[in-house]
Amino acid sequence: MADAALADAAEKVLASRPDKAQLIEKLTAELPEHTVLHVEEDLRPFECDGLSAYRQLPMIVILPETIEQVQTAMQVCHANDVAVVARGAGTGLSGGALPMDNGVLLSLAKFKQILDIDTENRRATVQPGVRNLAISEAVSHLGLYYAPDPSSQIACSIGGNVAENSGGVHCLKYGLTTHNIVQLEIVTVEGERMTIGSEALDTPGYDLLALMTGSEGLLGVIVEVVVKLLPKPERAQVVLAAFDDVRKAGDAVAAIIQAGIIPAGLEMLDSPAIIATEEFVHADYPTDAAAILLCEVDGTHAEVDEHIADVTAVVEREGATEVRVSRNDAERAIFWAGRKAAFPAMGRISPDYYCMDGTIPRKALADVLIGIGELSKKYGQRVANVFHAGDGNLHPLILYDANIEGELERTEEFGGAICELCLEHGGTITGEHGVGVEKIDQMCVQFPPDELTQFHAVKNAFDGKGLLNPGKAVPTLHRCAEFGAMHVHNGELPFPELERL
Amino acid sequence: MTTAADQTEQLSERVRAAFESKTPLNLTGSGSKAFLGEHVEGEALDVTGHTGVVNYEPGELVMTVRAGTPLAAVESVLEAEGQMLAFEPPHYGDNATIGGTIATGLSGPARPFTGAARDFVLGTRIINGQGQALRFGGEVMKNVAGYDLSRLMAGAYGTLGVLLEVSLKVLPLPRTQITRVFEQGASEALTQISDWQRKPWPITGAYWEEGKTYLRLAGATSSVESACEKLGGETLDDDKSFWRKVREQQRPFFENKDKPLWRLSLPPAAPMLELDGDSVIDWGGAQRWLHSDMEPVGLRRVVKDEGGHASVYRGDTRPRFHPIGESMLALQQRLKRSMDPAGILNPARIYPEL
Repeated sequence: MADAALADAAEKVLASRPDKAQLIEKLTAELPEHTVLHVEEDLRPFECDGLSAYRQLPMIVILPETIEQVQTAMQVCHANDVAVVARGAGTGLSGGALPMDNGVLLSLAKFKQILDIDTENRRATVQPGVRNLAISEAVSHLGLYYAPDPSSQIACSIGGNVAENSGGVHCLKYGLTTHNIVQLEIVTVEGERMTIGSEALDTPGYDLLALMTGSEGLLGVIVEVVVKLLPKPERAQVVLAAFDDVRKAGDAVAAIIQAGIIPAGLEMLDSPAIIATEEFVHADYPTDAAAILLCEVDGTHAEVDEHIADVTAVVEREGATEVRVSRNDAERAIFWAGRKAAFPAMGRISPDYYCMDGTIPRKALADVLIGIGELSKKYGQRVANVFHAGDGNLHPLILYDANIEGELERTEEFGGAICELCLEHGGTITGEHGVGVEKIDQMCVQFPPDELTQFHAVKNAFDGKGLLNPGKAVPTLHRCAEFGAMHVHNGELPFPELERL
Repeated sequence: MTTAADQTEQLSERVRAAFESKTPLNLTGSGSKAFLGEHVEGEALDVTGHTGVVNYEPGELVMTVRAGTPLAAVESVLEAEGQMLAFEPPHYGDNATIGGTIATGLSGPARPFTGAARDFVLGTRIINGQGQALRFGGEVMKNVAGYDLSRLMAGAYGTLGVLLEVSLKVLPLPRTQITRVFEQGASEALTQISDWQRKPWPITGAYWEEGKTYLRLAGATSSVESACEKLGGETLDDDKSFWRKVREQQRPFFENKDKPLWRLSLPPAAPMLELDGDSVIDWGGAQRWLHSDMEPVGLRRVVKDEGGHASVYRGDTRPRFHPIGESMLALQQRLKRSMDPAGILNPARIYPEL
């Protein structure tokens, strides 16, 4: 059976014990010595990504400076059956760049150049280590910007954005990373350089650009990205609407969309999130509200006027207890300050927090929020909710203290239950953070064995030895069997009758 | 609206049997796009009986529909709710299906401005080459669980799976639409369109033909009107019919049947190329149509040198699609085998090797 062979390959790689000294020798024979790091103090900075609950010292870190060096590194690793985990800025929240103690961590941190800005075609060619925000900054004087804006945009790199298909606040109107790139240069597991996509709007043959985007480093190493640039809108304005009931806020989200408006951003905060952020940044949020919506519209001056009037009318009709409209960019920034500070605000009221990422149909917002509240009581842990409400993408923040024994484990179980709640409502376990190591068990709930087997077959077409980022993103059936057995043992495999989307 | 019928079982059974007997299948819808790509030798697998809207809630901006459902029916259901398929798919025939629309991955004049067919795919249900019915993606706007095999189906011409259902993001119809016409040559048009696109204007179409540029603006009324004011130009009467004819290749330009019709896909600002024959420009420069009997290898070399590719749309010239490099082809062959190990789904529709 092909499936068995694939699972074997993956498990063989995970269990392999490469000879570190020998590998260092082989790598340094072909790469400059300073690009191969192998003593503990040099490896330490790479032991985790943004999901810092998971830590692992890599066996070796390679810090190539040219595409040729990436190719060489891949060739040596491939010839020696050594696993490779590629890493960008390390801001990912699902442990997608978690190193392996028996593998190489390939850092693209040295690839920081913006190679070309093509004003006529409105594109920029950038190296993968370029920060997301740096692209918009570099083209701002041309009246252009790069649309996807994950909240980590000040630090996250474009290569990682492609690997995770990152989103942000403006996805509903401007799309995800997959909608905003036209071409990639990749290095395959064998060390071959390939162009995916093209400078035109489509490419002959299969659309590998879509497949590569969000593949979490399992199909190839991204070494160059051509991104689309958009004209900056003339103006953006925000409506802040407060509600005394979560359900009313959820209904208002659907009502805005149904009114034919595609907001540039539509965010929701629940009461714990409002209170925590208000104490932190003093954005003057109404702290007695059950939920607030932040609805940003952008475009030409005339268009913004038209849509602000529409949005105000809709939220008033839906029972908002208070409505404020930003009068200038400074006030708009204040409205957003609370939302943008939501994560650090949690850091002030709790030693640790765990960020979930499920996405659900908008109509289920209120039900899922109430469901999360019930789970919060069951697990005895506090949760604050911030949502990309326009896309139905939830970011429940579970508050915990890693120093209390068993609390991290309980938090992970709570997080798993939230994932499954999202699935129950026709959603997905991850909207923009990726599966990584964090949600790999929930993949067994979202996808039946035939779908998982198909994923492994596709992986095999790109990486026959299973060396690229093994153990992430797509679980083996073996792992799912163990997870399922554990779950059934607890008598709580939820909703077995449900068709999984 | 046509009747709803779920033929998942029958279709899966047919594919399973074909997999076991290694019988090639020729996936057929209405045949409206059969002229695209290469001829397929195989038993017909007709999907037009698998029809119906599975789920549509306007407030979610998502429609899930079975592949055999007529495109026209999908569009009228959406229109009744004030929504649309924003990639403006060409029909090329009265009975075009939504499955064929996604399988060919074609998009109309709005493509550079609102996105391509693949951009609006949120999820699919397919039958792989072993006859297994599989579901990828979903009905939500953001979903990064598992590889994106849904968008991969767009433009795969049924060679990786039989489409059963597609979930598509839909958008509100624009409140206002106006088209302005400008007299200018092709090169001037390309520069002008590129400049316009750096403005925050609601452009949704940019087409050039015989010394005239047609620029479509659509969106919020105020925004369209203020852009028109700044642009100048003449307003085009009955512009809806004009753009429909562009989309369906029913403008007089497309009536020339003497020479093959080439589709040139190029970086939008690429200059006018030194090629024999008449041409028109769509997609703001990124899609150009050319009637030419130039020798294909030479023509394709000129287009490739500008970062593009050329496919044959109408006429007998072969190969239809722009050939791809050796290692890319090898990778795509492996991908094909991973979805369709016996090579029974529309074999050779794109390239002989796929």
